[in-house]
Amino acid sequence: MSAKERILAKLRGSLEGTTAVADDYDEALVTVPWRYAPDKRLDRLREVLEAVHGETRLTTSADWPALVLAALAERGIGELLVSPATAHGQQFAGYLALNGGSLRLKAYDRPVEEWKDELFFHTPASLTGTLGGIAATGSLIVWPTPQEPRLMSLVPPLHIALLKASEVFDNLFEAMHAQGWAGGLPTNALLVSGPSKTADIQQTLAYGAHGPKELLVLILQDA
Amino acid sequence: MSHQPAAAPNATRVAPPLQAPRSYPAKPSDVFLFGTCVLDLFFPDAGMDAIRLLEREGIKVHFPQAQSCCGQPAYTSGYTDEAREVARAQLALFAGEWPVVVPSGSCAGMFRHHYFELFKDEPETLRQVESLAERTFELAEFLLEVCRVKLADTGAPVKVALHTSCSARREMNTHVHGRALLAQLQGVERLDHDHESECCGFGGAFSVRMPDISGAMVKDKTAALKGSGAAEVVSADCGCLLNINGAFEKQGESLRGEHLASFLLRRTGGK
Amino acid sequence: MSNLADLPGVPIEFKRNAREALDDGQLRRNFRGAMDFLMAKRTAQFPDADELERLRAFGNRVRARALSKLPDLLERLEANLTRNGVKVHWAETVEEANAIVHSIVQAHEAKNLIKGKSMVSEEMEMNHFLGERGVDCLESDMGEFIVQLREEKPSHIIMPAIHLNAGQVASLFHDKLEVDYTEDVDRLIQIGRETLRRKFFEADIGVSGVNFAIAETGTLLLVENEGNGRMSTTVPPVHIAVTGIEKVVENLRDVVPLLSLLTRSATGQPITTYVNMISSPRKADELDGPREVHLVLLDNGRSQAFADGALRQTLNCIRCGACMNHCPVYTRIGGHAYGTVYPGPIGKIVTPHMLGLEKTRDLPTASSMCGACGEVCPVKIPIPALLRRLREEAVRAPDEGPHHMRGQGAKYSAKERMIWKAWKAVNTSPGLYRVARFAGTRLRGLMPSNIGPWTEHHAPPKPAARSLHELARDHLGDE
Repeated sequence: MSAKERILAKLRGSLEGTTAVADDYDEALVTVPWRYAPDKRLDRLREVLEAVHGETRLTTSADWPALVLAALAERGIGELLVSPATAHGQQFAGYLALNGGSLRLKAYDRPVEEWKDELFFHTPASLTGTLGGIAATGSLIVWPTPQEPRLMSLVPPLHIALLKASEVFDNLFEAMHAQGWAGGLPTNALLVSGPSKTADIQQTLAYGAHGPKELLVLILQDA
Repeated sequence: MSHQPAAAPNATRVAPPLQAPRSYPAKPSDVFLFGTCVLDLFFPDAGMDAIRLLEREGIKVHFPQAQSCCGQPAYTSGYTDEAREVARAQLALFAGEWPVVVPSGSCAGMFRHHYFELFKDEPETLRQVESLAERTFELAEFLLEVCRVKLADTGAPVKVALHTSCSARREMNTHVHGRALLAQLQGVERLDHDHESECCGFGGAFSVRMPDISGAMVKDKTAALKGSGAAEVVSADCGCLLNINGAFEKQGESLRGEHLASFLLRRTGGK
Repeated sequence: MSNLADLPGVPIEFKRNAREALDDGQLRRNFRGAMDFLMAKRTAQFPDADELERLRAFGNRVRARALSKLPDLLERLEANLTRNGVKVHWAETVEEANAIVHSIVQAHEAKNLIKGKSMVSEEMEMNHFLGERGVDCLESDMGEFIVQLREEKPSHIIMPAIHLNAGQVASLFHDKLEVDYTEDVDRLIQIGRETLRRKFFEADIGVSGVNFAIAETGTLLLVENEGNGRMSTTVPPVHIAVTGIEKVVENLRDVVPLLSLLTRSATGQPITTYVNMISSPRKADELDGPREVHLVLLDNGRSQAFADGALRQTLNCIRCGACMNHCPVYTRIGGHAYGTVYPGPIGKIVTPHMLGLEKTRDLPTASSMCGACGEVCPVKIPIPALLRRLREEAVRAPDEGPHHMRGQGAKYSAKERMIWKAWKAVNTSPGLYRVARFAGTRLRGLMPSNIGPWTEHHAPPKPAARSLHELARDHLGDE
């Protein structure tokens, strides 16, 4: 017998004569305490995200590129990792072409192995979209894609994320349900709730442990 | 849901409410007293004070002379068979209709909760267990919820600290009842102490099997009680009192914990 | 831990370890401060006692349901992971699990492993095993990294370096990483970040644990704050996840209550910075992520706990660490004194199944049964009741059936059994009890001033002159 067969045989033997516990999932318990009036939903998301050093800005689908530019200028960052294949990437490139400056755009357009060193040590900021947000926990729903790979939201010290206000859900259960996650999850699905942090040294909170030191969330109120 | 700021580190954790709040009977004419073995030998006066408190409420107290121990020492040590036989002897003695009042929370918890585990394979006995569990009340609980006592304090103003046994607090809500009774006494101010809900380190055999750890715990507990600024220490659990008072004495401190029954009787002119 | 105690069946020297820990003032202060901090953080996350109680009951049911169909769910998990392209391996023992990992290492000629936090890999002593075979394993969780630099083991399952203060970490980094001495925590973390960043992309294989394995979707869910878990599971070309067979849940939605209970109970966070759900290796058109993902499912004594309806509840555990944060014993002696991978209350009930009761004989006894652990457990494991049960198994005669545990009777003593039989006789016979009582009260003057361990911290107890039995008979008459 293989290890698998032996383990399963033991477990099955132990369950002989028992019946499975019924699925009495208490949906109300994981939703009702975590619901917000429509006009308070964004407040909640911002409050929780900012409590863990996430930065949020309210903006619109027309105005956000200016905020990105300003945020980068403020930090003296001259390069941005952004996908030219996404709508927001194209919008930003278009904005940049008109409003100029010296900002250089960089694309994640080849396997990580081919540009690891540059990604890890010479890419100060990234801009990605999100699939939505969760008000209860101040979380971003991020499903990396071939256009916006996994490390885009992890390696650069500054991560700027676009969040459409209409895609902010009250709680995880409702987000999962509305987006049909159980029907098929991607290679990697993420909830991101603030910049990377640790309290491993004497319970003292420090940001930028291994991932981004800063997370800037631009909330598009009209989208 | 609002996010309140973190509580101060020393805040007292209070056990969550018991699953189903108990419903209480009307005040009976007769009760049994289960004296408990530690009280029997080390705090008999507290037992007598409990009897007097009950009698003052017009209740006739019955003390079966054949009673001994609830079985807890053997039970928690893993000697389940021995515990069961001792438990069986008590079950027979406290049969009938009368409530069983216990002036020690952890022993009351043994009657109310753990006898079910002891007799889980004896359906016949379980009926007796159920009856005993339903009729068992910790003394403070009984005075407060069944007798609905109204205590008239006759003593001078005093600050006290209340220590509750951990298992009793978690199984019997004794902290709620003890606090409510003390709150009735006008001259008594109850002070919280540091890490109030933390164990004093007794744990029966634990205190002799793991004396270093237990000793560190009781050292912290006695320091906290002393540091609270309270002039008197009150508790309704004799195991804890044995531990705390023994440590105070060893440390050369004059402070001693007093059983809640004795304290209540003394404050209300009963002795 | 001495070398002797590393041998199978030789009991961990718990009492000696505990005494040493109790004498270490710095350690005591570090733990008291840390536990107070974590307790307050948790309390603040559960302002509504009713919601907490209902959520705990829900968490308990979700775990109980998963365990009630565990073999089916494990097969379903394997089928879905396999369909997604993840390779699933099964191991009954840590030796088998290490051999599986080693074979993957060999297939890739790997030299460097980078590890996200994984208690199961600690259980396997993977670093040691692979180290002996010339493979370098580097811990990337800040706390684990610190502990590894000190050549220690984690002292807490969530916060591995909780026994240290900033000054101790400052000295360590100064000595081992040759950086300027600084107690500035931000600076210390940046030093860790810089040191480890290069290691992430040099590593041949990334290793992680799993918080929840979701059968329905074939997904491995990991929670973390630092991002090292995402790094370890994304950057190296191969990812090996190791986990216990109990970590499976039935449906994706089941993680909603469990996740909420886990992060709020563990560190008092509404959620961790990252919830990382991995369902497959890198697909053809994707630009990062490992090209191979392996899951090793480890038994290591879990099926023994599973075999008994009561002991099975041990496997509800979601490894939040709240039981240790609230434990008055753990607070005073810290995690290392237990001499086991899992310290504190959960360690006392889970480790005997992994190592046997001979080796862990003192652990179930090291509790005052105060019940704090059971009160805070987010999945309602009745830890005190299980400790009592383990005590029962430890004092049963070794040959008495039925056998539930390896090492049954590890604390069996015919003499102690006789003492309890005598105790039973006294407490079931009014006549004998009267004699014992009489002796206790009348001979109280003869109570020795030194009665073993008790008088190390207490004055000797003095029985009263007359027992309650006598006083009550005088007052109430004979009944």
